[in-house]
Amino acid sequence: MLQARLKKTFAPKPDSAGFTLDLEFTATQGVTVLFGPSGAGKTLVLDSVAGFVRPDEGRVLLDDDILFDGAAGVHLAPRHRNCGYVFQNYALFPQMTLRQNLEFAAERRPRLERHRRVNEMLERFRLTEAAGRRPHEVSGGQRQRCSIARALIGAPKLLLLDEPATGLDAPLRAEFYEALRQVQSEFKTPMLLVTHDLAECFELAEDMLILHEGRVIQRGTPRAVLDEPANLEVARLLGAFNLLDAEIRTLDPGRNTSRVMLGEFEIDGPYFPGHLKGDRVTLCVRPEQIQVSARDGKLRPNQIPAELKRVVERPHGLRLEFSTEATTTIIRATVSRADYERYRETHDWVIQFPSEALRVV
Amino acid sequence: MPLDWFPLRLSLHVALVSTALALAGGLWIAYLLANRQFRGKDVLDAAVTLPLVLPPTVLGYYLLVLIGRASPVGRVWEAVFGAPLVFSVNAAILAALLHALPLLVKSARAALESVDRNYERAARNLGASEWRVFWRVTLPLARRSIYAATALAFARALGDFGVTLMVAGNIPGRTQTVAVAIYDAVESGNGAAARVLVLVISVVALAILTLANRLTPESGPRH
Repeated sequence: MLQARLKKTFAPKPDSAGFTLDLEFTATQGVTVLFGPSGAGKTLVLDSVAGFVRPDEGRVLLDDDILFDGAAGVHLAPRHRNCGYVFQNYALFPQMTLRQNLEFAAERRPRLERHRRVNEMLERFRLTEAAGRRPHEVSGGQRQRCSIARALIGAPKLLLLDEPATGLDAPLRAEFYEALRQVQSEFKTPMLLVTHDLAECFELAEDMLILHEGRVIQRGTPRAVLDEPANLEVARLLGAFNLLDAEIRTLDPGRNTSRVMLGEFEIDGPYFPGHLKGDRVTLCVRPEQIQVSARDGKLRPNQIPAELKRVVERPHGLRLEFSTEATTTIIRATVSRADYERYRETHDWVIQFPSEALRVV
Repeated sequence: MPLDWFPLRLSLHVALVSTALALAGGLWIAYLLANRQFRGKDVLDAAVTLPLVLPPTVLGYYLLVLIGRASPVGRVWEAVFGAPLVFSVNAAILAALLHALPLLVKSARAALESVDRNYERAARNLGASEWRVFWRVTLPLARRSIYAATALAFARALGDFGVTLMVAGNIPGRTQTVAVAIYDAVESGNGAAARVLVLVISVVALAILTLANRLTPESGPRH
């Protein structure tokens, strides 16, 4: 288990703003994802745990080992930390073959055991055939597996991964996730993975920390975070919502209902705790939660009239973009092709907001 | 009169030894400058570069003060080896070293610094000591640039005139390098000998520089 409390300040310079990392978290079994935009401090967290960066204050504990303790002046050198690190571009040594890369990582073991261990890892990660070739002579998938094998060969207590799937094409990505799942089931090494890809979080993570400007602004399973974004920043960073300005009209905890005004239109949702009547809030609705149809006489509850502006083809279904009188921003809705075909002749679209799944921040 | 090839052999010997010394010392200094933070780093950097800009007479004067027969170094040398250090082949090697070292340090430092830090981080993360990181990762990745720098330093060591003349003198058959021999030949009106030596040294230098260019990483295969 990793327990980290980190604080590090970078003073502002003429060419860059200052930055403060200030956070605390634990990571146990499975994959913990650090999610956030670039500049949020994700890689800085990995580098602090790996020992490449010395925090100003705090404490890093891996199982029973103190890797860093600001107060006690402990700062273990990276080579004594026993954390595997998979770098963004793998950082396989280009002058060595894949086998030599693994041997380099196992060099502290006795010769015979080293040989056995290297062969075992080559076998396990299907690299035996390519073992004699150098990184630039093998496929992307082999490079990627080799970097994981190299990080794991010393039996680390923790695996750190810095945006390992960034820049990979879709098949390689799928292969990579498969390899990580194999690591999870065979090696049981806890992993700390940096990403800014929400789909990747769902693919891998049991636990997700959302970083923004050096702080953790929310933590939970990807599902829980997506269903209940804690604040506007989280909702923005996830990039998965329509974010609409609204005002709270009524709140009724007894019946678990609320009503918000979206422009002149009333929208009903569940009770929103922590808000007051008259509050200006932001309504969060995911595009796939919105239903669209042709207007059929009078508007039903939670419906607003809308004008279709654009149709975007998506791998699964279509994304429709609407403008409405109720909002200043475009509303996106994801629909199936069949649904779209059914109403495509209409000029009177209506948007139906879900009431149960509605959230405000 | 048959041409005396001794100056060429001597020059190659001097350049070879001084380049080897410059490589050993230069790599170490370059490593310090590239990787360590210490007081006086700027001064060391400037001091190593100094021979590139100072006139040969100034360098020669410093060397004479440092290794002359009256200096502590000169006296110890003479006591141990039984012959003075100045006006010997070893003095010529020192003179050449003075010119080879700055080139080597400058290029080797740039080469070491151009190695992607992530390779070094990866090596440390995998349990390597700083010593191993340097020998197994940084140096192999920088090796082409360092070969090129070594070739350049060798060419420069081959060509010194002023400092050599001041500290090693012009003793035919003992300390007379090609550069000095050419001067000597021209002075004494031996045009034929001068022409041959000029041609030979130019061709050697051209060959070395071409090699150095080939070794520079841009034109080599990418790893």
